[in-house]
Amino acid sequence: MAKRITMRQALSDALREEMLRDENVFIMGEEIGVWGGTYAVTRGFYDEFGEKRVRDTPISEMAIGGAATGAAMNGLRPVAEFMTINFAFVAFDAIINHAAKVHYMFNGNIKCPVVFRAPGGGGRQLGATHSHTPDVIFAHFPGLRVVSPATPYDAKGMLKSAIRSDDPVMFIEHATLYQERGEVPEEEYLVPLDKSDKKRDGSDVTIVTYAQGLPISMEAADKLSKEGIEVEIIDLRSLQPLDLTLAVESFKKTNKAVVVEEGHGTYGIGAEIVAQIQEKAFDYLDAPIKRVAQKQAPLPYARELEQSALINADRVVAAVKEVL
Amino acid sequence: MATTKSKKKAAPKKKKAASKELTAEEIRHADDREVGVGRAGDIPREKLMDWYRQMVLIRKFEQACSEQYQLGKIGGFLHLYIGQEAIAVGSIAARGDNDHVITAYRDHGHALAVGSETGPVMAELMGKVTGVSGGRGGSMHLCDVPRRFWGGYAVVGGHVPLGAGIALAEQYKGTDGAVLCYMGDGSTNIGYFHESLNLAKVWNLPVVWIVENNQYGMGTAVDRASATPEMVTKASGYDMEAHVVDGMSVCDVYWKTTDALARVRAGEGPQFLEMITYRFEGHSMGDPLRYRSKEEVVKWRDDDPLGVIEKRLIEQESCTQEELDAIDDQVDAEVEAAVKFADESPEPGLDTLYDNIFVPQ
Ligand SMILES: Cc1ncc(C[n+]2csc(CCOP(=O)(O)OP(=O)(O)O)c2C)c(N)n1
Ligand SMILES: [Mg+2]
Repeated sequence: MAKRITMRQALSDALREEMLRDENVFIMGEEIGVWGGTYAVTRGFYDEFGEKRVRDTPISEMAIGGAATGAAMNGLRPVAEFMTINFAFVAFDAIINHAAKVHYMFNGNIKCPVVFRAPGGGGRQLGATHSHTPDVIFAHFPGLRVVSPATPYDAKGMLKSAIRSDDPVMFIEHATLYQERGEVPEEEYLVPLDKSDKKRDGSDVTIVTYAQGLPISMEAADKLSKEGIEVEIIDLRSLQPLDLTLAVESFKKTNKAVVVEEGHGTYGIGAEIVAQIQEKAFDYLDAPIKRVAQKQAPLPYARELEQSALINADRVVAAVKEVL
Repeated sequence: MATTKSKKKAAPKKKKAASKELTAEEIRHADDREVGVGRAGDIPREKLMDWYRQMVLIRKFEQACSEQYQLGKIGGFLHLYIGQEAIAVGSIAARGDNDHVITAYRDHGHALAVGSETGPVMAELMGKVTGVSGGRGGSMHLCDVPRRFWGGYAVVGGHVPLGAGIALAEQYKGTDGAVLCYMGDGSTNIGYFHESLNLAKVWNLPVVWIVENNQYGMGTAVDRASATPEMVTKASGYDMEAHVVDGMSVCDVYWKTTDALARVRAGEGPQFLEMITYRFEGHSMGDPLRYRSKEEVVKWRDDDPLGVIEKRLIEQESCTQEELDAIDDQVDAEVEAAVKFADESPEPGLDTLYDNIFVPQ
């Protein structure tokens, strides 16, 4: 049995199921309790679980990042929410220098099973400071798992895996995907945290993408299909560790690729993927691999101006045609 | 191995004052280190002797570190605890079975005070596989989780919210455990400190914040960096009970920590202790010490915590110099053995670089 639900609902279900399953799982963050979550993912949790397990915090990102890390070190499984990923910058040291380091630095003597949930992404006219897609920055460092699902199915299965993982996980949710609907089984399932997934079969060009890049690439694929061009789409799902098995396999078949990411292109995820594909499959390269990414300007407020800086299906279509 | 004998100099005698609480300034100028102890006599002799042993151990261990550093066997940053021994020893002596310890990078004293073996601690400083952190941490990242020592942390203030989180876990699990979270005076100026104290109060977390006020953050004197030179006043903004402690008196440290932990366990929430002390050596190895005068150091050396406890042992516990010397000799042997153990231990294999990045799934 499956039901069609939004990604918001899928995330909410995952959290609730894990909190019911394991007493040591709790959530903390700004406005997650009485308010019900800025993006309503935790609506109803405060009444259902009470304030011990649904912990509203002061506006203290350094303390949220650090205290969640400390609680995880000492045996709990905190899911700490940053109201948006933009504010996680304030907690960068707690996440990167502490959560992501203690296991290694103390030679495996300390585990840090914390999950940081963070909604992010551009395209909602929130201005330059509130519209980041900074995923790659977090993925730069060993020791932190960084994942970002694109479908309700993946979102639910991966959040459950993240909570059960003994590693710190940065769980990035693209805010415009909260409304996306998809099939989710009624029964329990998990999705691994370190495996990419093929989301569409095709033979002409490989598109490697994730999160908000997936619906955009799907839209582009539909348009291209009408012109007889079939793209294969690989959803990375995880950025750290990065699983390029399917991407390379697909590339060996199509010999052409486009990488689609919402973050800035400079030093971006596409740069890494292009480098790895040419290292792993240079002999299969038929054309330069193209990157479709956010333009290198801060995101402006004005609607059309903001949209012009972001990725969209037309830009993906154009890139695919260039490599063909 | 030549380790210098501990200082035998005792502070001048003076009549014991009533157990009123001193301000930081008064403690700084007090010449009778028993002032403020309050409950002198309540601590059994064996305990005092053991604290003396631990303090001598830390002193001599640090002296050995300095030598090994100069021999090139210890790399990176090395921050010695000399002068501050009474704090780690007295406060950790006060902790209960479920209480935790976490501190910054000046962490050798805390590791030894929780009872970590000297060999593996020294091996860590030398980057050996037998080190407490397998040679991956170094001087600033010692840990001993079975002894509830969660480590040394090198980003100033970074461990302060970790202390809050460790305390949250104890509260959540419903134990009587509390956290002793140590930090330098310098860390009271970073955001982490303020956010963590606030959060701890809002959540009534079982934590005792212990500020080791050694008068300087690197070369910057407290009053050049902090809006208030009195750390205790910072706690009042978070509605937290705060006390000044004579950080040179292991007994004062012990009692004030004992009382603070009792208040935590009585549900009174987070507690704050400012322990007045001084680091006799540089901030780290190679510190040119341009920021303080020789006279100032000499004056503080009169307050050597080892001198303070020696005086107490000799004058009040009729302890003989021979007894103390016997302890010193035993510690010399222990430190020597630790250096030998570390020296002879292998370095981590180069094939282990990628171990423990993630927990095996
Ligand atoms: C965030 C941060 N800024 C700067 C430093 C460099 N630094 C290391 S120790 C130190 C002084 C800290 O002084 P204090 O907290 O009083 O501790 P003490 O060294 O006196 O024990 C500084 C500035 C650091 N490690 N972390
Ligand atoms: Mg200091």
